[in-house]
Amino acid sequence: MSARPLALSSRIPARVAHAGLLWPSLGVILAFMVAPIAIMLTYSFLVPGAYGGVEWTFSTAAYEQILFERDFLDDSLTFTPDYLIIVARSLLQATVATLLCLVISVPTAYYIATRPDRVKNIWLFLITIPYWVNLLIRTIALLFVLRDDGPINSALIDVGVIGQPLALSYNGFAISLGLIYSFLPFMVLPLYSAFERFDFRLLEAAYDLYASRRVAFFRIVLPVMRPGLIAGSLLVFIPSVGSYLAPDILGGGKTLMIGNLIGTQFQAARNWPFGAALSMILLTITLIVLFWLARRAAQQQMN
Amino acid sequence: MSTARLRDLRVFPGFGLLSVGCVVFLYAPIVVLAIYSFNDGRSVTRWAGFSFRWYQTVFANQNIQTAAINSVVIAVIAATVATVFALGAAIATVNRKKGGGEGAYVVLTFPLMVPEIVTAVASLVFFVAVGISLGFATILIAHIVFCIPFAYLPIKARLESMDGTLPSAAADLYASPAKAFLRITLPLLVPGLVSGWLLAFIISLDDFIITALVAGPGATTLPLHIYGMLRLGMTPEVNAISTLMLAASTVLVLISGLLGQAGRKH
Repeated sequence: MSARPLALSSRIPARVAHAGLLWPSLGVILAFMVAPIAIMLTYSFLVPGAYGGVEWTFSTAAYEQILFERDFLDDSLTFTPDYLIIVARSLLQATVATLLCLVISVPTAYYIATRPDRVKNIWLFLITIPYWVNLLIRTIALLFVLRDDGPINSALIDVGVIGQPLALSYNGFAISLGLIYSFLPFMVLPLYSAFERFDFRLLEAAYDLYASRRVAFFRIVLPVMRPGLIAGSLLVFIPSVGSYLAPDILGGGKTLMIGNLIGTQFQAARNWPFGAALSMILLTITLIVLFWLARRAAQQQMN
Repeated sequence: MSTARLRDLRVFPGFGLLSVGCVVFLYAPIVVLAIYSFNDGRSVTRWAGFSFRWYQTVFANQNIQTAAINSVVIAVIAATVATVFALGAAIATVNRKKGGGEGAYVVLTFPLMVPEIVTAVASLVFFVAVGISLGFATILIAHIVFCIPFAYLPIKARLESMDGTLPSAAADLYASPAKAFLRITLPLLVPGLVSGWLLAFIISLDDFIITALVAGPGATTLPLHIYGMLRLGMTPEVNAISTLMLAASTVLVLISGLLGQAGRKH
């Protein structure tokens, strides 16, 4: 028997009730999320106003600015890779973070899945808690241990291993570490849930057929984890590309990634169309990655 | 085959060590940060004995109090409004699985797909464009928006796993639809509602970047205040207030997790 649809009152027609239930949420998201993004798209094709804001003149200058610099005197365009480097660095940092998270998370997810049930739940709790703990605080905590006079450097100097503090903070290394630190639970949890119901007799069968541990791992374990691998990569890569806090706090306030570059355009530098154009590029990258991975996941399900 | 041999075959050398390393990596910085919040000394590096003095400083700080109250008020209102809206949306989308359901689902989870910095600047631009002055109200609106999917997903999951024949049974026994909803569906949804509300509350309490852009000059929240303190340098006071926030999030996550487990057992 199929369940009757939930209804709140017999006097209100189902269509009206349905709309009344659905539209408060849809309306809020459409008005305060989708409309703002549509405005951003429009602004990205305008020119910056003299005192912040925009002027209503159509222009593609904001997008050109990402690749070229306009000369004040003769209006000629010269190629400048500065902003392109920031976009490339964001993609690179996110890729490195995703790959390193994978390397750490695959064995961890496997190990957790092989624990007895009670211990397994404790492990899962331990991985889940940081997922919900304030990201700003976690980033500050990482800066605290990496600083020049932080506990790592102090300990190494006290022991006499090094004379000068190691440059652990305010550089690209710290940002990479920060991204991994921020988003590692996002990788472990989907990998674990993909692997949770693994039938270990498959592994047994592989060994019976003279598979080595390495072959068993790459041919049996990893393919089972693949849906989690895709979901986890998505959950690490997307927030990493647009990350603001890790580069801001651990990178020492230099504009090192696209998130900070966007933020700056709406604060001190005040070029809204340029910031809007960068936002549209970041959003496009995000949606392309999302749809590409969603399609791969759908294809896998069909096979 | 004996379980002993199977257990042995399951083990890949080094995986256990790496897993322990993974958890140590996740916790070591926050534990170190928390330990140093009890340091009786100005220096954030040298240990000078145990003390609560930085917590006294934090509790005596009027600005921190104001920011903390703002954060909690915003989180309570945003989580509550988002949960009520999400409850409606979850009932509507679970009812109408076919036709139109997919479009609504994409819109409802859209805030999860957009990078936070893009949401932040888009909200700022929007509020300025339509002439809503930045402050408490704009923070609240922005928080409600990104809290909706976090409240929606657990409620929807709970609703989908629910026995759909129960409200029908109530209807067969001459319960009015309103009565069936209030007496049958709503009580069964409580675990989903609580976990959705808690997640929305935590997400609102934690948000930094969106709040930072739509806050305007006057309003402030705890994360904004902590960020401002950090700009002036790492002080033991930052450690103390951070540790308090860590403790608050951890307690909330534990409650949410335990409720989730209890919900699954029934």
